Amino acid sequence: MKLIYFAWVRERIGLPEETVDLPADVKTVADLLNWLKERGENYETALERPEVIRVAINQEHADHAAPLPANGEIALFPPMTGG
Amino acid sequence: MTSVCEPLVRVQAGDFDLATEARRLTDGRRDVGAIVSFTGLCRDEDGRLEALELEHYPGMAEAEIGRIADEAAQRWPLSGLSVIHRFGRIAPGENIVLVVAASPHRRAAFEAADFLMDYLKSRAPFWKKEHAAGETEAGWVEAKDRDQEDMKRWER
Repeated sequence: MKLIYFAWVRERIGLPEETVDLPADVKTVADLLNWLKERGENYETALERPEVIRVAINQEHADHAAPLPANGEIALFPPMTGG
Repeated sequence: MTSVCEPLVRVQAGDFDLATEARRLTDGRRDVGAIVSFTGLCRDEDGRLEALELEHYPGMAEAEIGRIADEAAQRWPLSGLSVIHRFGRIAPGENIVLVVAASPHRRAAFEAADFLMDYLKSRAPFWKKEHAAGETEAGWVEAKDRDQEDMKRWER
């Protein structure tokens, strides 16, 4: 699965994107956030308040209960501040 | 069944020109009775801000603005709709975003432009970082609850 990070999520994790192999029990966005938090201090810092993290699956907004696709692109980012 | 306009969406580093974009929606047409435009600019926050850095999600930025614009075109009888959003480093006084809505009558154009901006602020994948004057540290702008409330005004 390709993961892409933006704004302070990207800065805190220290990577713009990465490709990961997810375990079978990671089925939803919420599972993914919990799994990522275990990967190191940088992930824990970036995702310490999971409720503020916004998610897009294949470039469309998704909520934390959304199931993950078989493959594709998951983006994690803070609330948007454009306009 | 009336035809639905096809919105123009651009996400770009460079500037835009309001007069050019307004003309694009009226050239060769006789049915446009109203044009409403909104331009968002970078302000200096009373001298505190040196520049904004706008990060975006390439691909999704265009797609999400397109989805919002299509919804506006379904909801109001528009003859044309253009949305341009810039990214990269933007200095105070420079343009950030442009919405131009054209319609036979004013109400639809006003409302569509207002709707577009409310949705853009909370749903288009852009993030602003503030570079403060005289400082090397830059900070991310926090989303405001007010923006979420503005968006909820349009829920039916």
